[in-house]
Amino acid sequence: MVKFTARNLNIWFGQIHALKNVNIEVEANEILSVIGPSNSGKTSFLRMLNRLNDLNPGFKMNGELEFDKEEIRKIDVEILRKRVGMVFALPLPLPLSILENVAYGVRMHGEKDRNRISEIVERSLKQAYLWDEVKDRLNVSAFKLSGGQQQRLCIARTLAVEPEVILFDEPCSGLDPISTAKVEEAMLKLKKDYTIVLVTNNVKQAARVGDRTAFFLSGELVELDRTEKIFTAPSDTRTDGYIRGKFG
Amino acid sequence: MRNTKGVQKIAFFFLFLATLLIVVPVGLIVVIIIQKGLPAINWQFLSDIPRQGMRAGGIFPAIIGTFYLVLGAIIFALPIGLLAAIYLSEYAKDNVLNRIIKLAIVNLSGVPSVVYGLFGLALFVVFLKFGASILSGSLTLGIMILPIIITTSREALESVPQSFREVSLSLGASKWQTIRHIVLPNAIPGILTGTILGLGRAAGETAPILFTVAAFYLPQLPKSIFDQAMALPYHLYVISTQVPNVDEKIRYGTALVLLSLVLFMNLVAIIIRYNFRKKKKW
Repeated sequence: MVKFTARNLNIWFGQIHALKNVNIEVEANEILSVIGPSNSGKTSFLRMLNRLNDLNPGFKMNGELEFDKEEIRKIDVEILRKRVGMVFALPLPLPLSILENVAYGVRMHGEKDRNRISEIVERSLKQAYLWDEVKDRLNVSAFKLSGGQQQRLCIARTLAVEPEVILFDEPCSGLDPISTAKVEEAMLKLKKDYTIVLVTNNVKQAARVGDRTAFFLSGELVELDRTEKIFTAPSDTRTDGYIRGKFG
Repeated sequence: MRNTKGVQKIAFFFLFLATLLIVVPVGLIVVIIIQKGLPAINWQFLSDIPRQGMRAGGIFPAIIGTFYLVLGAIIFALPIGLLAAIYLSEYAKDNVLNRIIKLAIVNLSGVPSVVYGLFGLALFVVFLKFGASILSGSLTLGIMILPIIITTSREALESVPQSFREVSLSLGASKWQTIRHIVLPNAIPGILTGTILGLGRAAGETAPILFTVAAFYLPQLPKSIFDQAMALPYHLYVISTQVPNVDEKIRYGTALVLLSLVLFMNLVAIIIRYNFRKKKKW
């Protein structure tokens, strides 16, 4: 099943042409890794999928982008963002307690029942492999956690609103290798129930967790294929150059 | 090269001197006013009405009048200023209308206070027929401090990191929910700072209340917002220039009370702000 379909997608930020004629499909229950050097448009592509680009002044788009066969601009933006969650590059806890961070989205969608909220919080923290580390101090500020814990808290917060798709925007760029391994482990387990789009600067990470890998360069989608194929026999020489570390 | 150290020392000396010069007038004002005013302060001075043509007795009606005026100005200006600040920082797009609004706010803060007084006289006292009253005075002071509250509140709202907004929106919260639950709670310390500045300005200004509320001599407390009232800055002006043979210590005592009142209000706001900062989690 196809989750997202982009056809001839072009976007601009003011004068900057950030995505050029992108055609791509995101399948349900896959991890699609998106790699490419900085300014290649990979994060811009990711932020299209939950319409976060709309916040940038001077944003324009044309072409088609469908989510579950429905034009993305026709879906109520709050419902879209509930269904398409996002984990950001830096751990960004809200200035609230651990519990309130995870409960935030649920509360904003109208859940008032305390028992129901604590069930959701527990389930989400377990899914993000954080429960055992924080279960005794749920009312402590989220900023008291380490960077890796904060990032898993952000994953739990995204899971709490029960999205269908999770967008990861370089989620391990600020983390040490052990924390990175934990986040990757969480991603692989989540694949069963969620569709995952992972933007990463770490080519090895794409190779480790991605089912398919897309390579972006200067706003264009250069190549999209099975991850094994991309990393063993890429059809484009630019892809080959990038994954071998010749540029980027 | 050999002179670098020497030049640095000279530069450092002048920078330090300039900074020190700021402290001197502040210190002198406080010392002189306390020194000359403190002998006048006693319970009667604070709680009694003025007697013998303001040459004796107390200043209680003026304290109460100033308190009401400041309170009224804040009740009027804080909600309007805050709502306008939220609109300008969160919703306003960069277009001609909003640029005119922003320009108007900048200009409003540059209007001399006596002009506010005349404006208040024309609009509230005469046209709206509120008469010279606490209501007219509060509204005039409120308009005067509106730009201060809007500007500082806007800065406070805009200083809340954009990433918090993105996180909240990415979880499917609406824009208003984001403002209400994330932006506003984290902007409160800054908004209080603006309110402090506004309070101090409203309490100390003479010109805006001159035509709109201030009574020359009114030895009783106001009974409603449609009454005239005495106010500390105007009372100080009156006993310093209009009434002959007022004892110096009464004048400085009045100044001390006014200064203390402003400092006390600031202190309360600083304590509230401190408590919010302590709870701030980033």
